[in-house]
Amino acid sequence: MERAKKQQLAKIAAQMRLDILDQVHAAGCGHPGGSLSIADIMAYLYFSEMTVDPADPAMASRDRFVLSKGHTAPALYAALAEKGFFPKEELLGLRKIHSFLQGHPDMKNIPGVDMSTGSLGLGVSAACGMALAAKLDGRDYRTYTMLGDGESEEGQVWEAMMFAAHYKLDNLVVMIDWNGLQIDGPVTEIMNPTPHDKKLEAFGFHVMVVDGHDFDEIEKAFEKAKTVKGKPTAIIFKTVKGKGVSFMENQVNWHGVAPNDEQYEIAVAEIKAKAKI
Amino acid sequence: MAEKIATRQAYGEALAELGEKYNFVVLDADLAAATKTGIFKKKFPNRHFDCGIAEGNMMSVAAGLAAAGKIPFVSSFAMFAAGRAFEQIRNSIGYPQLNVKIGATHAGITVGEDGATHQCNEDIALMRAIPGMTVINPADAVEARAAVEAALHFDGPVYLRFGRYAVPVINDKNTYKFELGKGVQLREGSDVTIIATGIMVDMANTAAEMLQAEGISARVINIHTIKPLDREIVLKAAKETGAIVTAEEHSIIGGLGAAVAETVCEGYPVPVLRVGVNDVFGRSGSVPALLEAYGLTPANIVEKAKQVIALKK
Repeated sequence: MERAKKQQLAKIAAQMRLDILDQVHAAGCGHPGGSLSIADIMAYLYFSEMTVDPADPAMASRDRFVLSKGHTAPALYAALAEKGFFPKEELLGLRKIHSFLQGHPDMKNIPGVDMSTGSLGLGVSAACGMALAAKLDGRDYRTYTMLGDGESEEGQVWEAMMFAAHYKLDNLVVMIDWNGLQIDGPVTEIMNPTPHDKKLEAFGFHVMVVDGHDFDEIEKAFEKAKTVKGKPTAIIFKTVKGKGVSFMENQVNWHGVAPNDEQYEIAVAEIKAKAKI
Repeated sequence: MAEKIATRQAYGEALAELGEKYNFVVLDADLAAATKTGIFKKKFPNRHFDCGIAEGNMMSVAAGLAAAGKIPFVSSFAMFAAGRAFEQIRNSIGYPQLNVKIGATHAGITVGEDGATHQCNEDIALMRAIPGMTVINPADAVEARAAVEAALHFDGPVYLRFGRYAVPVINDKNTYKFELGKGVQLREGSDVTIIATGIMVDMANTAAEMLQAEGISARVINIHTIKPLDREIVLKAAKETGAIVTAEEHSIIGGLGAAVAETVCEGYPVPVLRVGVNDVFGRSGSVPALLEAYGLTPANIVEKAKQVIALKK
């Protein structure tokens, strides 16, 4: 990846992290840990990978994104606002009664949201439906879905994986945010769903395991996915929960808690200092 | 003797017929031969997708298809559609109000010999509780075919309830007009109204004749659309006949009887008694034996009609 592009993506991701913190802090609740862990991937998706148009959110030829791990909506909203789907000021309304920004993604009322999600385990199936529709309609858009690592404990996820491989949905990319932590503790201790790579290979996927905070690797994986024919692609992104905020990183207690004023100030200062913004 | 056809058969044939003109897709969960979507599959193999025995996934896949502009008909037995996949229907289809048509077959006690695990007497209650869900329970093959077409042309989620068992065709296919959300008065009467749905409509007609023989004048109303309920025809019946019996092949909890009782209580209180599966599980048996055992016969409707008339002030 060119240096300039990488710098630009890093800047966008940093801005998205600030926007995630702003949202969760203003709401007084929400899920910062898993939002911060996917910020780099979301920045790449919306600013390099996907064809979407903020002026025409329902454009038939657009690429689709399903945030199966819907509780990390702040990361999606940050990407959509940064892209221009709605004004940034709206982000501060997250989870509030008069705002359209629901605690979990709502496709009916939020421009740019392709599927309502939140109840875990349903998103991959919905993404399969979109990918199948593209094939039926002879369209070349691609469908991306982001799954939590803990979420992969849901049985329906594997029903969907079977479906994707059975119908050879090579226009589908399933991403797993492997940050290793779920609400009750380390994923491997709560209910070990590993090894994802071997399981997904056995299910008929082309599988890649990459660093979810390295734009070169992220780009390589998505470029490779486009060349895979006859089977769906899975990208297991190794990430750090709470990435970018020192006291949140790899801390399970930051799964679903908002920072207080003091913590918020420290977190913002850290991200700004690191990104030089 | 009227011809007998199962409403699931009419469903499958309707899909195959309408598939000529309209570009919808059909999903099934390894039950295409039983749900009769196999009739469509034979004609349009490229528009029929078997999802295997994975109903939850099937519902969410249908949501994705609808979000991308397709119209999916999704089929399984009522137990595994409304029951197993309730949450997927609620969250993937209902909440975003996606244009998915759920064709649930083998509803109610008339599943017969398979027994309680397969006899879904709760599906109407479950589907009716989902905001924005349209719930249709046709009385015969003619109405079932018309309901499929109406659902196809309606923009939004629809739950269509079909039966396994062949039941008499009571409507004339040449003159029948289906109006979504509208009850149909089949018989005028002044002493009591029997409001029935699905396979109980034919029995309601029989019951009315039996009552007539005893000098009791019973109105009969067919409610094919349980949600949204035709409040007008229900309240008119309450006002004009002063007593109502409901009849459904479903639990007395949460179905047609509940919908009518809620409407009457709030709009024009008169006594309402319910004929239905009385808050119990089913069991294996032949359909006639089961209908008898669970109190779903014209005689049961007659008995309840007399009781409800006695409750009139």
